[in-house]
Amino acid sequence: MSVAKPLPHDAAPLHVTGQARYVDDIPTPANTLHLAFGTSAHARASITALDLAAVRAAPGVIAVLTADDLPAANDVSPSAHDEPLLAEGEVYYIGQPIFLVVATSHLAARKAARLATVTYAEKPALLTIDDAMAANSRFEDGPREYTRGDLAAGWAQAATTVEGSIELGGQEHFYLEGQAALALPQEGGDMVVHSSTQHPTEIQHKVAEALGVPMNAVRVEIRRMGGGFGGKESQGNALACACAVVARLTGRPAKMRYDRDDDMMITGKRHDFRIDYRAGVDAQGKLVAVEFDQLCRCGWAQDLSLPVADRAMLHADNAYFIPAVRITSHRLKTHTQSATAYRGFGGPQGMVGIERVMDHLAAELGCDPLVLRQKNFYASGGRYLEQENEQVAPSTAGVEEDLTSRGAVATGEPDKVVAVPVGAQTTPYGQAVVDSVAHELVAALCEKADYAGRRAAVERWNAENAVLKRGLALTPVKFGISFTLTHLNQAGALVHVYQDGSIHMNHGGTEMGQGLFQKVAQVAASRFGVPLERVKITATDTGKVPNTSATAASSGSDLNGMAVAAACDEIKARIAAFLAEVHQADPAEVRFEGDAVLVGADVIPWEKAVAEAYVGRVSLSATGFYKTPSISWDRIKGEGRPFFYFAYGAALTEVVVDTLTGENRMLRVDILHDAGTSLNPALDIGQVEGGFIQGAGWLTTEELVWDNTGRLTTHAPSTYKIPACSDRPPVFNVALWPNANREPTIYRSKAVGEPPFMLGISALMALSDACAACGPHYPALEAPATAEHVLEAIGRARAGESG
Amino acid sequence: MNITFLLNGETVELRDISPTTTVLDWLREQRGLTGTKEGCNEGDCGACTVMARTPDGPWAAQNACIMLLPHLHGREIRTVEGVAAPDGTLHPVQSAMIEHHGSQCGFCTPGFITSMAAAHANGAQDHNDKLAGNLCRCTGYAPIARAAEAAAAAPVPAHLAGRSSLSTQPQPAIPESADALAALYAAHPSATLIAGATDVGLWITKKLADLDDTIFLHRVSDLNFVTVTDTEIRIGATTPIAALREAIAPHHPSLAELFRRYGSEQVRAAATIGGNIANGSPIGDSPPALIALGATLHLRHGETRRSLPLEDFFIDYGKQDRAPGEFVDAVSFPRQPDTLRCYKLSKRFDQDISAVCGCFNITVENGTVTAARIAFGGMAATPKRAAATEAALIGSPWEETSIARAKTAMTTDYQPLSDMRASADYRMTAAQNMLQRYWLESTGTATSVLEVQP
Repeated sequence: MSVAKPLPHDAAPLHVTGQARYVDDIPTPANTLHLAFGTSAHARASITALDLAAVRAAPGVIAVLTADDLPAANDVSPSAHDEPLLAEGEVYYIGQPIFLVVATSHLAARKAARLATVTYAEKPALLTIDDAMAANSRFEDGPREYTRGDLAAGWAQAATTVEGSIELGGQEHFYLEGQAALALPQEGGDMVVHSSTQHPTEIQHKVAEALGVPMNAVRVEIRRMGGGFGGKESQGNALACACAVVARLTGRPAKMRYDRDDDMMITGKRHDFRIDYRAGVDAQGKLVAVEFDQLCRCGWAQDLSLPVADRAMLHADNAYFIPAVRITSHRLKTHTQSATAYRGFGGPQGMVGIERVMDHLAAELGCDPLVLRQKNFYASGGRYLEQENEQVAPSTAGVEEDLTSRGAVATGEPDKVVAVPVGAQTTPYGQAVVDSVAHELVAALCEKADYAGRRAAVERWNAENAVLKRGLALTPVKFGISFTLTHLNQAGALVHVYQDGSIHMNHGGTEMGQGLFQKVAQVAASRFGVPLERVKITATDTGKVPNTSATAASSGSDLNGMAVAAACDEIKARIAAFLAEVHQADPAEVRFEGDAVLVGADVIPWEKAVAEAYVGRVSLSATGFYKTPSISWDRIKGEGRPFFYFAYGAALTEVVVDTLTGENRMLRVDILHDAGTSLNPALDIGQVEGGFIQGAGWLTTEELVWDNTGRLTTHAPSTYKIPACSDRPPVFNVALWPNANREPTIYRSKAVGEPPFMLGISALMALSDACAACGPHYPALEAPATAEHVLEAIGRARAGESG
Repeated sequence: MNITFLLNGETVELRDISPTTTVLDWLREQRGLTGTKEGCNEGDCGACTVMARTPDGPWAAQNACIMLLPHLHGREIRTVEGVAAPDGTLHPVQSAMIEHHGSQCGFCTPGFITSMAAAHANGAQDHNDKLAGNLCRCTGYAPIARAAEAAAAAPVPAHLAGRSSLSTQPQPAIPESADALAALYAAHPSATLIAGATDVGLWITKKLADLDDTIFLHRVSDLNFVTVTDTEIRIGATTPIAALREAIAPHHPSLAELFRRYGSEQVRAAATIGGNIANGSPIGDSPPALIALGATLHLRHGETRRSLPLEDFFIDYGKQDRAPGEFVDAVSFPRQPDTLRCYKLSKRFDQDISAVCGCFNITVENGTVTAARIAFGGMAATPKRAAATEAALIGSPWEETSIARAKTAMTTDYQPLSDMRASADYRMTAAQNMLQRYWLESTGTATSVLEVQP
């Protein structure tokens, strides 16, 4: 069976030879047009005059479009219809597209786009969290608040309390392949769009709106992305719509890709946060009360900010049971890029809040932060009774909504709240935590990585070294798996078995490097009992599988693996029934294994069985469908079971810091991560290693800087520094924690896309630990912990000294 | 301009090229070789890396996005499509990348493959340095490094080990000697000189500048030298940083270490010492080091030559003491006992522009400072000496109280700016602490996080 084998990525041979094709690599007809946006130079202004004469006159320019030239909807928002493709007289951030240049080459379009004379009447811009709070500039009518337990009683029990605040920077996705789309006009006004997107159905929907046609007139295809990380969930809409509109207006193919600087100036990033906190523990070190104010900078348009901010609230507990808690979330509207989905989708920010609290409390208590963490983990799993949970129908929403987007609002009746097993600890939002392995997993990691011995060694080092200080931190991850918009937890698949025995597999998930296609192909091969080579992996295509959810929320394998399994099982059942009849056997005893179909004592080679079924007029094509059971969520009340299950992990990171400059680096990282029963351990370890480094990058070297006019000054890799090769720790031990999912997921695996990202929090906490070794005070290290921020934190630890 | 080069083993001749067309655009748009990717279009991500060499030189990784077509003249390049053997047999680094799961989304992979194949051809083992110019957002690099290690022992495939021959016709805008350059530039003083194009390339790809008149320096072979005599070290202007790093290591290892972190493998192969000086950037890394070594800059205009202390070349931001038609010929500095320490401070260790680059050359005799040359990048509008700091040190005992006094004096030397790399206050504190670090190092105290072992 090919499931659980550590097979290489299906496209690896194509990757290494340069044959793997991305959107910009698709051969295009000779008359293809190339597009570029002209963008706003001011964060908030009215456009009082727009002189495009020089743009139109530039070499190679075919046309220049403004909002007035668009044939139908001028909107690329995945949620609130508040994001015009081209500005309509008002601009809301530096980088906002104002006009669209259509030219004969990419370079000609870029050059021409700079020749416009735009006259602005500037207006006051709200740039920071403080600006927005002062102006009460926000999405939704007010802050969201989840509370649980008796806070007053909690505070009364508190023996030790801390209060503080942490700044958490955003993060540029820096997918290596920038945003790109290609539109090919078809007969009768139809459109085919190749888009580098995690959400082909969303592209289809927005392109249909932009053209004023039904969705069946638009087909979207994507074979692979050169990285997504959430940045291609909604941010590709503008390019796809622009290409489709130009293809419609000119009758010629149109392609658009952002130059890297444009990409970074135009598109959204991870939300930056400030989290204010107050927390208390009782005399035994158990959390008794925690209050968070999460201030989230959403940028100018709503995009996916509401569910992002929700997920930050939903991860404010991480792996810890907090009996009394208040989480308040402010979704602030500012005149900056519209922050968007990014791996973890707010979860990482919420989690940093509570990890900071644990670090701060431990400092106040004078204890090892790990001891405090372990005391407060959710109890280990048990007592889960599946029959208590009824399946609930997805909510029905209004037809105007962008139904398949995470920006959609559930407008139907609130889902039935799922019963909580008696005696189970619950999250602040009332979901029973019945699958926690935090205790066992962390204990195993401590043992494996010699936490105690290394803690002592770090203390010795710090006593002996005046300039270089080491730090150590072990942090857990508990990450909720499912889309919090319940109805998105569905997936479809289409499987054909051809008469020669070859299998064509398609599903709604997209491939961005995570190895989804290979994992799902392994599922298909296992279902049919055939070698993986029989399964052809094909591009995601809205014409094959409709109404797909974004490949996001780590859901890809869980949802699409199940949908493909269902399609395969359907075909198997038909073949089994047919062969059983022919061979006078019981269909229930027909088995598919070893590249053959076993009917009673007969072993029929796969190809022969398929050929017989075909001749016997058996349909060898099937769709498959899956919806996640047992989930239900009321996001306004903050109650329910939004997550099917939780994925767990823990990382132990050791760092060294130069107290003269704040320069620092990771020395060693040990990780244990829960991928359930892994569908492919090699690919899963790849997600863990890569996720950790990306998470650590977010919290260390990756700093987004806006100047005081609202201009992003770090808009290229020359100034925005993602980890490089030597930034990975010289000792990097990653292992999977064997832990079959207690929920009936595909082969009892667990989602692995996002959870490991948050293992990177251990790097921030290890740096905090090293800073704390410099003096008696809590260093209150900000994120990202650049060398500059580390030196500031060392100064605070020493207090009074300049550092 | 006409150029002749080898592409994946085949001779290519191009007539009447536009000299500012990038190799990347040509490969992808004209040649249909789309394996080479555009990731950043500024030489920072390495997705466009190709293998390049002169007929008599070793393979080097180069960024095709800021390599211009004239750079190909007389060279051989291989793209990712040409890394496997002609019969399709995968290169050892390709097989190892598959086996070790070194690709996820695959978009950076062609650049890694070409960087790894170039390093492999040269028997390199310093994988972190060789791959510092290739960014990967998916894997966290661990499996890529494993693949590089796994492939290291395999023999170099014949199609990359052998030599190729190529005959070229001289091109007027690609001079092949300093004399030819001097005559050409004197006659075209408004031309833009392009050496490695690691800076000028961005004028083209990012500022979208139209450079009508260009002179390419990469074939000026008699300015590509490092000569070491009993009295001085002299470096020709077209010497790539990669070659200089190697040549300087025995004499000033700390400068070689600075050059290890200068740009990336791709950038060091292209960038020249002359370009790094002549572009006048306040954050170039070689000027502070050379100033600390007491370097003299040698300029030439036609047959006229002059020399000046390097620090005097930098007049103000964007303004250097260089006349139209005058070019950097060489830079030299006296042989001296090695007391140079270079400290580069940046957000990321590798391939990052310095927030502060401090270079210290301090002589202590019998416990007293007898000479001090200190220069910084990133602290002023030009690379600049720390005159007051030097004065505070010279004649003082080599002890912590003197260091403290000199650190205070440094605040009169510089009024740094705040920008996206660092705040003014942090720059000053870090610069002062670099002096402290120099002193601590002289007392045997460990101060480098890069030298700490797990």
